[in-house]
Amino acid sequence: MKAGVLKLVVKRLAVAVVTLVIVLFAVFFATSMLPGDTASILLGQAATPEAVAGLREAMHLNDPAILRFLRWLLGLLRGDLGTSYANQMPVAALIGGRFVNTMKLAGITTLISVPLALTLGITAAMLRGSLYDRTVTVLSIGVISVPEFMVATLAVLLFAVYLRWLPALSSVNEAHSLADLVRIYAMPVITLTFVISAQMIRMTRAAVIETLSTPYVEMALLKGASRSRMVLRHALPNALGPIVNAVALSLSYLVGGVIIVETIFNYPGIAKLMVDAVATRDLPLIQSCAMIFCLGYLLLITAADVIAIMSNPRLR
Amino acid sequence: MRVARVASSRRSFLGHSYNLVGIAASLVILAWTLVAIFAPYIIPHPIGDIVDDDYFGPMRQGLWLGSDYLGRDMLSRVLMGARYTVGISLAAVSIACFSGVVLGMIAAVTGGWLDTCLSRFLDAMNSIPSKLFGLVVVAAVGSSIPVLILTLAVIYIPGAYRFARALAVNINTMDFMTVARVRGESTAYLIGSEILPNIIRPVLADFGLRFVFIVLLLSGLSFLGLGLQPPLADWGALVRENIGGLPFAAPAVIVPSLAIASLTISVNLLIDNLPQKIRDRDA
Repeated sequence: MKAGVLKLVVKRLAVAVVTLVIVLFAVFFATSMLPGDTASILLGQAATPEAVAGLREAMHLNDPAILRFLRWLLGLLRGDLGTSYANQMPVAALIGGRFVNTMKLAGITTLISVPLALTLGITAAMLRGSLYDRTVTVLSIGVISVPEFMVATLAVLLFAVYLRWLPALSSVNEAHSLADLVRIYAMPVITLTFVISAQMIRMTRAAVIETLSTPYVEMALLKGASRSRMVLRHALPNALGPIVNAVALSLSYLVGGVIIVETIFNYPGIAKLMVDAVATRDLPLIQSCAMIFCLGYLLLITAADVIAIMSNPRLR
Repeated sequence: MRVARVASSRRSFLGHSYNLVGIAASLVILAWTLVAIFAPYIIPHPIGDIVDDDYFGPMRQGLWLGSDYLGRDMLSRVLMGARYTVGISLAAVSIACFSGVVLGMIAAVTGGWLDTCLSRFLDAMNSIPSKLFGLVVVAAVGSSIPVLILTLAVIYIPGAYRFARALAVNINTMDFMTVARVRGESTAYLIGSEILPNIIRPVLADFGLRFVFIVLLLSGLSFLGLGLQPPLADWGALVRENIGGLPFAAPAVIVPSLAIASLTISVNLLIDNLPQKIRDRDA
């Protein structure tokens, strides 16, 4: 029976790899369709046609797309992300520090939102139908129903404009003390935490409620177990799989969230780098950033599916 | 898709007392629809006219929602913005749901390699984060209304497909399907007359949820400057162009955000408060 689970997991991982190739392909071709000619953009308006043609040749822009895709893929495998068109720096160097910044933002958000959302989600499910539960439910559906930038806007209004606790813009370079660091990360982290937690609360609550309605939990109730014992000892261990699945899925919303949050707060991460790269038509940079995001997203949803498979007792 | 499932498993306890909320929500949706249709006839000032000496003016008589960063009338701009936000989203969600549902039913009825290929391909599409996809495609081919509609539609086809396919696969195992097959009915008849009537209600609820996702994504793209281009402005673009008013808490930046929220929350509440029979995915 264990082999069945292994087979399903391996199958799911294989699907993830195939998906990754399709996604890389899609990203490459979408970026090749960007309007304008890269060589003439690079050389500026004063360039002679000969110079443009020469640069096109040097950059292999005349090769068929499939050849450029394979060359790019081979480069990736060797760890070579290419050279930025805009400032001739290696893409890896441009992304390096930015990537760390984005991971810091995502990491801090995860550390705060996971315990918060699990506590709220599980308690709401335990007190199902109470005023507390309804408040949590209405608030989380409210946050889900509005765009991320609106959560960010409201957070700025509340904390920076009315309360004046925090600055509206982040600048990581100016951090000299712990207090500075808190002030810098606070706004982006608060916004992202709201967005991620709302999803996680809803899914966690649904998962616990589903477990609570099973016959064995009813049995625990009938034999006289207290409500907290019923939830903590009987329901939660079985709801663990779906809950971890919900956490992984919710964290995949970070990918969309950081794009908006980094832009609105001017945070120096890869999402901001990518939005800027779209404006300057910097192909290698867009491709690499898009690839990092797709990879992260794919990793999280694959993890969620694998956890769901492994936690399914019928397959054990 | 996943949100949809959570949403429908959530509310069995609310019962009838909340139907008032459903009615209120449909009124808000109706109001925005009417505004979207009649906006050009009801706006007090032309949207391009500078009517205020001050920028980010407060709410006052004549300029009920204040003025924007150039001193233009905010009420007129929000009313016209409804056209673009509601119109583009509605067009996109119609294309997405129609294609997704038809493909999903065909896949369920025919099965075999067609089903496998479609499912694999659309699952792969689903593994691209939607905002990233929008960002790359809109940047690639430039931003115009048809491009936006198609991009948004393509992003949400896989979800609609998966939802419809899952429903149709269940119906496909029923006896009446076997009977129809034995009668020698065509695939078109099978999906149009046997499957569709049995899944139409949950599909319509899914249509509403997907509409909300599309409004949010469109607003997000416009907010990043990749959606509607000036001089046109949907609600997301209105927030973007007036974001400078945020430190003064100008109505110009708050009102468009509230407009988006009122629409999306209403649609969510309406779907939440539909009678159980309609929203149930295995109805």
